[in-house]
Amino acid sequence: MREITLDDLGDIASGAAVLGTGGGGDPYIGRLLATSALRTHGPVPLVSLDEVDGDAVVLPVAMMGAPTVMVEKLPSAEQVGLAATTLATYLGRELTHIACAEAGGVNSLIPVAAAAQLGLPLVDADGMGRAFPEIQMVLPTLYGVRATPMSIADEKGNRGVLDTVDNHWAERLARSATIDMGCSAMISTYAMSGRQARDALVPGTLTLCAELGALARTARAGHADPVAAVVDRLAGQRLFTGKVVDVARRTVTGFARGEARLAGTDGDAGSELVLRFQNEHLVAERDGAAVASVPDLICTLDRESGEAVTTEGLRFGQRLTVIAAPADPRWHSPGGVELAGPRYFGYDLDPVVLAR
Amino acid sequence: MRIGIDVGGTNTDAVLLDGRQVLAAVKTSTTQDVTSGIVAAIDGLQAQRAFDPAQVRAVMIGTTHFINALVEARRLAPTAAVRLSLPAGASLPPMVDWPARLVDAISGRSYLCHGGHEFDGRHIAELDEAELRKAADEMGRAGVRSVAISSVFSPVNAEFETRAAEVIAAELPEVAISLSHEIGRIGLLERENATIINAALRELAAHIVDGLATSVSGAGITAPLYLSQNDGTLMDVDFARRYPVATFASGPTNSMRGAAVLSGVDTCAVVDVGGTTSDVGVLGNGFPREATTDVSVAGIRTNFRMPDVLSIGIGGGSRVRGGTGDVTVGPDSVGYELTAKALVFGGDTLTATDIAVAAGRAEIGDPSRVAHLDRELVRAALDRIAADAAESVDRMRTSAEPLPVVAVGGGSILLPDTLAGVGGVHRPEHYAVANAIGAAIAQIGGEVDRVYAIEPGRRDAVVDEAKQEALDRAIAAGASPSSVDIVDFDEVPIPYLPGNATRIRAKAVGDLQLGD
Repeated sequence: MREITLDDLGDIASGAAVLGTGGGGDPYIGRLLATSALRTHGPVPLVSLDEVDGDAVVLPVAMMGAPTVMVEKLPSAEQVGLAATTLATYLGRELTHIACAEAGGVNSLIPVAAAAQLGLPLVDADGMGRAFPEIQMVLPTLYGVRATPMSIADEKGNRGVLDTVDNHWAERLARSATIDMGCSAMISTYAMSGRQARDALVPGTLTLCAELGALARTARAGHADPVAAVVDRLAGQRLFTGKVVDVARRTVTGFARGEARLAGTDGDAGSELVLRFQNEHLVAERDGAAVASVPDLICTLDRESGEAVTTEGLRFGQRLTVIAAPADPRWHSPGGVELAGPRYFGYDLDPVVLAR
Repeated sequence: MRIGIDVGGTNTDAVLLDGRQVLAAVKTSTTQDVTSGIVAAIDGLQAQRAFDPAQVRAVMIGTTHFINALVEARRLAPTAAVRLSLPAGASLPPMVDWPARLVDAISGRSYLCHGGHEFDGRHIAELDEAELRKAADEMGRAGVRSVAISSVFSPVNAEFETRAAEVIAAELPEVAISLSHEIGRIGLLERENATIINAALRELAAHIVDGLATSVSGAGITAPLYLSQNDGTLMDVDFARRYPVATFASGPTNSMRGAAVLSGVDTCAVVDVGGTTSDVGVLGNGFPREATTDVSVAGIRTNFRMPDVLSIGIGGGSRVRGGTGDVTVGPDSVGYELTAKALVFGGDTLTATDIAVAAGRAEIGDPSRVAHLDRELVRAALDRIAADAAESVDRMRTSAEPLPVVAVGGGSILLPDTLAGVGGVHRPEHYAVANAIGAAIAQIGGEVDRVYAIEPGRRDAVVDEAKQEALDRAIAAGASPSSVDIVDFDEVPIPYLPGNATRIRAKAVGDLQLGD
């Protein structure tokens, strides 16, 4: 795929929901924004990391806030572009490329809308290779790339630039500003050179989203198993197939935390799987023993259609197949585990290493 | 006594009930004008069991007329959508994701204006009345006859929608106005879509409701007339004129609730087996469980309160293929051609109906034409149907508790007396008119669906307040105060929001207070 056209958006959206590992929100609004931007401005050139010039100015963009607010107060395409141009102005640099901060949910498609609106190429890469809930949880943090200066923009035209002592402070201050802006803001963060992007980003994620979406769609059309197609492409494994028998949710420090309990069916009859999540799935326990954990990907897919099910969409009676897939290996480094391993989220557990 | 009428695309069914006892039941053809079919149905009841029209206390009608009008894009009024959201939301204007033919069918125009609320109640922008008057002026000149108004977070605070309606009504006193907070829940685009559809149906609703009232009073019945809603509760005719969209899913709802009454089981799975598909739904305390995902109607994404129904491709007309070891049933069907194509009717296609006749479960057509069928094949096909039905019921179950199964619809003879892993199957009398019975026994409901900020220690008080408001709404809508009860309660914390923001949904229902 050398450019993203209107026809690609459906597959990208459904693939992004898989990489969202239960979080990232329903990509429907992101898809509509991207559709509207592509209709107005035409296709977006997609460049691979190795095509990005070392001196390029790459700005990742993302939506920050509550997906539940975004479905009511709809973001505007101008707002997305404004976050990027505000940061470029502050840096005094000419912006050359847009990138995705995370792969998953709405944040795979919002950069497409920004690139179309600004007439810039989009880098086929992202900062995580999946979705995580907090700003500092990106691989560029491991490379010493700073989250700030970062920009934040709302639909009223308010713009802010933050310059913080570390990436955790960026998360904290940006979260406060987001709430004041009405819990739905656009940010541009982790400004980097092409050289840094080549080192620090996860390559090929938009292509991967599109492929995952297309594989599941083709499998469904051919009456093949869409879940198997997704598992193969991610070099992952099926963890469990079962029926949701309980979902408990609570709001803790601004996040949706909770557990879902699945009773095994098919080959897993008699067993139980517990999924623990904070927006994204964090840990999967089979009959009391952890079988997968962050930083690896744990995804809940509809057993028949292979469509990803988000944590807010989990409900009693759904038949799901839970799959796990290896995260980018850098997430398993000591620094990666410290940023987004089970202990950061409060689980006294070493990351489970998936059998390859 | 009360009369229940179901006006479907093909048949108009009517029942006369005394309490929950069926006194008469008729099936007639639906007519183009709807009303003459209803007159014929009421005459049919009279012929079957003479009754004094003055003794009828209420007439309840379920109809698919409005949803069909949308699907067929006919008789829709020129409509404008006004959204109060600026400076937010301009990139995705009203009707952004609609099929072009439906935008054309309603001559859809949209106006983005200032207003709307933040999640915590602050104003996104103040209402600009001059801007609204200018929009109204344009609408008037463009011949708009119905207006849909939506505002960001109006389910939490409706002040802007209400004020905008006053401003527009002052400029355009003749137009009908529909407000989104009265129609949908959180999710602006879906709520707005439902409101625009409602607006486009307002003229048709006035016409049809007048026709229904005329045909009922023409039969000498002076009792009040009600229409059944998506959730199995009733609305009076005045409400139906203003909210035709609330009838959209009443068909499956009525059939499920009718099944509950006929069988006497009010928490159950209902399998409605038709000619092409079987619809499986779940009733809790006599009310259908609602779908939690967004429902698309005629290609438009909405968040209507629709029953959660799973359709599988098994019905009386399903084609049966393969041998004993690899038999398949459906998903394709001979449909309305059953009486020409099925073996028992002299055709050459093996259908599920032929299997039922061969197994001795039904006497339809000429049984000798299926006498030659391999017994093993017949059993394998019935096992296949039973396994698929059992799997569907199991999918729809809401808890690990055993759930009774009630089968209705002409094709329910295909189901066995017991479903493996599920339990016994109830097959009640009068199953063919379950829809009309569902309409006749519908109740009156009231609902609250709102985001609350729950301060520490205040949860119980907030929950009580929400429940009381639902009860008050049901009583205000005509439920008898001694019968109202909370039937559904749901509490979902909203991520990222401070102050423990929680979405609470409470639904109360009660029996219709019948006038003496």
